[in-house]
Amino acid sequence: MNANLKPVPNAPALLDVEHARKTFPRGDGGELLVLDDVSLSVAPGEIVGLLGRSGSGKSTLLRLIAGLAEPSGGEVRYLGKPVAGPAAGIAMVFQSFALFPWLTVYENVALGLEALHVPRDEIRSRSLAAIDLIGLDGFESAYPRELSGGMRQRVGFARALVVHPNILLMDEPFSALDVLTAENLRTDFLDLWSDGKMPIKGVILVTHNIEEAVQMSDRILVFATNPGRIVTSIDVKIPRPRDRLDPAFAALVERIYVEMTAKPGRGTTARPERAPGVGIDTVLPRVSSNLLSGLIETVAAQPFAGKADLPEIASELQLEIDDLFPVAESLQMLRFAEVEGGDLRLTPDGLAFADAASDERKRVFARHLLGQVPLAAHIRRVLDERASHAAPKSRFLDELEDHMSPESAEQTLRALVSWARYAEVFAYDDETGMFSLENPT
Amino acid sequence: MPNTTAWSTANRGAPTRFDLIALLLVVGLLVFLAAASRGVLAPLATIEASPVSLDPSHLPEYAARSTLRMLAAMLLSLLFTFTYATWAAKSPRAGRILVPLLDVLQSVPILGFISVTFVFFMSLAPGRVLGAEFAAIFGIFTSQAWNMAFSFYQSLRTVPVELEEAARSFRLSAWARFWRLEVPFGMPPLVWNMMMSMSGGWFFVVASEAFTVGAKTVTLPGMGAYIALASAESNFKAVGYAIATMLIVILLYDQLLFRPLVAWADRFRFEQEPGALPPRSWVLDALGKSILVARFLRFLRRTWRKLGAAFRAAPGLPRLESPQHAKRLDLVATCVVGLLLLLALWEIRDVLVTQLSWGEIGVAVGLGAITMLRVFVLIALASIVWVPIGVWIGLKPRVARVAQPVAQFLAAFPTNLLFSVVVPVIVAWNLSPNIWLSPLMILGTQWYILFNVIAGASSIPGEMRSVATNLGLTGWLWWRKVALPAVFPFYVTGALTASGGSWNAAIVAEVASWGQQHVEAAGLGAYIADATVAGDFHRIALGVVTMSVFVLIINRILWRPLYYYAERKFRLS
Repeated sequence: MNANLKPVPNAPALLDVEHARKTFPRGDGGELLVLDDVSLSVAPGEIVGLLGRSGSGKSTLLRLIAGLAEPSGGEVRYLGKPVAGPAAGIAMVFQSFALFPWLTVYENVALGLEALHVPRDEIRSRSLAAIDLIGLDGFESAYPRELSGGMRQRVGFARALVVHPNILLMDEPFSALDVLTAENLRTDFLDLWSDGKMPIKGVILVTHNIEEAVQMSDRILVFATNPGRIVTSIDVKIPRPRDRLDPAFAALVERIYVEMTAKPGRGTTARPERAPGVGIDTVLPRVSSNLLSGLIETVAAQPFAGKADLPEIASELQLEIDDLFPVAESLQMLRFAEVEGGDLRLTPDGLAFADAASDERKRVFARHLLGQVPLAAHIRRVLDERASHAAPKSRFLDELEDHMSPESAEQTLRALVSWARYAEVFAYDDETGMFSLENPT
Repeated sequence: MPNTTAWSTANRGAPTRFDLIALLLVVGLLVFLAAASRGVLAPLATIEASPVSLDPSHLPEYAARSTLRMLAAMLLSLLFTFTYATWAAKSPRAGRILVPLLDVLQSVPILGFISVTFVFFMSLAPGRVLGAEFAAIFGIFTSQAWNMAFSFYQSLRTVPVELEEAARSFRLSAWARFWRLEVPFGMPPLVWNMMMSMSGGWFFVVASEAFTVGAKTVTLPGMGAYIALASAESNFKAVGYAIATMLIVILLYDQLLFRPLVAWADRFRFEQEPGALPPRSWVLDALGKSILVARFLRFLRRTWRKLGAAFRAAPGLPRLESPQHAKRLDLVATCVVGLLLLLALWEIRDVLVTQLSWGEIGVAVGLGAITMLRVFVLIALASIVWVPIGVWIGLKPRVARVAQPVAQFLAAFPTNLLFSVVVPVIVAWNLSPNIWLSPLMILGTQWYILFNVIAGASSIPGEMRSVATNLGLTGWLWWRKVALPAVFPFYVTGALTASGGSWNAAIVAEVASWGQQHVEAAGLGAYIADATVAGDFHRIALGVVTMSVFVLIINRILWRPLYYYAERKFRLS
């Protein structure tokens, strides 16, 4: 909460997003829905966190707000006026910093003011003030390549603040930094925010880091994937500065984990023998078999003994949700584990896998792959039926593209190939693009 | 560093109908120029050939004139690059035809077409040397512009999304985005391609200053005219002077223009390769310390800002890509392209089909096959020689640092200066021109293979070399499993550049004269050269079109697939 600007529930909103939709054209002429019916508003003095996994459309939403993309439906309003193109009072901080490598720190910061045609001496004083505020003085003449990641992102902040925006958009601004640097930058930012030293009135933070969202936000909007949409809104009432060891903090993190692992429509699935929702049209995450084995071994071992709390594993293994969730979901899809209520519990087969030797593991994995992943079974069946025991990749790509984007189809096949190679259920030659039953000589 | 080549990735797949349209448009244009120049041959007689003297005291003036032509053409090429490439990149609609068009233009051996462009330009400024100057500059321009435009087009297409978004979200105008983001981002590859273009340009400037159309000889005072006169008079001493002067000129050009430019452009490099030493230039260092230069730069910056302000004040351009306009624009564009296509077909029918027999076309294609054989054999020979040497040099950083600029320098040297020296040898020893004229074609272009292989070998990671040593890989096994795969993508880049250049060089290399002696090899290059001397525009057009098609087909079915294969399979990192 900003000291000068306490969030007032009924104050006129800085920003309103109403029923925003975003679709992208698909190769086959159809449309890919990446953001479905999203509404939110930002009140003065508020930090709103958009939390979700990659592909949940949160970055797309941020770009709609920034005026960098146009919604396919619905509306974005800033101070009551529809956003058409980048607005004067909205500035953005980027994940990869997006600094101009051929400009010095000072020139990078001054660039935004030059674009606004501010007089020269005002550019100078405001740029230096922003550099000073963000703790960069002394670095004015340095080039970005001479700076560490943390200093580079400070330039990113200074460049955004120098234009005196009302709203600051942050697109995973700390995720390209190491843990210590990120923490340092976050606390510095929150201190400036709490002291009201920054010209901004509201912040939208996109993140996939649950703890970061809890630490920084006044309100967290949790996103789900396929299509991207808001599933919950959580008010964070913990007083600032927030302490990660505070039980209320940990409880909230746990609660969000539960929200994010909850399966919609669970219990209604008609095919209990298979993980819910897995069909030939399921997009498979690119998770290596090493990661799968690694997580199974970790959960099987002490202190977890077969059942682990996801936040605990995440902090133990230093994994972010974008790393951890795909692995956990893959295990669930393969029926090596059950994920529910923020916990991951190994199935008997998962436990057996953990105890098995290398060859036995491959056999178990092969059985589960063919039994639980319809696409694997499908490819294997095609290969078995053909006299040549070979089939081109394009055949399966075409099939998949009826259900998903070409990129997702490519990713799904690549993921499957990596699992199938490990399980030795079929082979793939990238040079010729052929699936086959032969083992390479 | 030299691994950025101008290569269209936009249409890497199977040829589309736009490729065919582009090909027909270019062929139509060539034929039109040839036909147009036929009627205006007469005024050519009225201009006096400017006298050229073999006195070495004139050499500085001739060198300066040739250099100025190069500079003028380079400015023209930059202008073309910034407009054509930007248009092609910003408007996907226009890009669909502009990119294949560039691809076709790139394979036109304009050297064979110089007489036609000469006559055409002189018809614009009849009876004046200026017309000939325009033609020479235009000719040099056509040898420089295409790869620069390609390089810039590709840079525009690969500007990092977040930088683009940052520029937009900080509300930089399109004008500011172009100069603050897109041009700087495209600068390092563009400078590299300018250097490559320059190398080709010297070859061209020498060829374009003196040549014969029909019974007339046109001479523009310059290094090329000087050397032509020296060969015509069998003056060895003068040839020696010319070669020495050229060496000095290229050295100065390199030190005063390109080293500083490369060193300066390094700041725009988006990713710094770790461990790579930034290029340096004593000229740039000296300029950087000068107060006068700093003052001048400040003046330029201020002027530039005013210019930008004036540009902003001007009414904004209509948004061409907005959906309302799109349909109507599409229709107009289709009509224009269709109309041009009809005109092209008409010209082709009118000039080529009705005036030339199938037999003549067969002769051109047959000679093309002979030249193709020559190019392939030469590339193979040059590869056998330069790949091992290049790898050896590349693995020794100290040697590489010296050898790399030397190879680049040699590539810039216009080897057509040497051609006339070779002829007396061939005549004296009674050698077969079919074999012994051939090496001239690759004399200037083989260096591309060398310096690309050097670059490839020096980029082999230290760890990979250590592994090879650790496993005891030596001899042929080491070459087969380590060195050759590692340099392969670089080699392909070099070989395709060398191949393209050799086709163009064939036009001057397959025919050579020294005084009264004249030797000629069978080939498409000699065919074009002979047709030029005879002033037979139909056969010039036929020869040039045939050569373009040969180059285009070879690029499409050999070099381009090889290039992508190499990129996919062998590119380290």
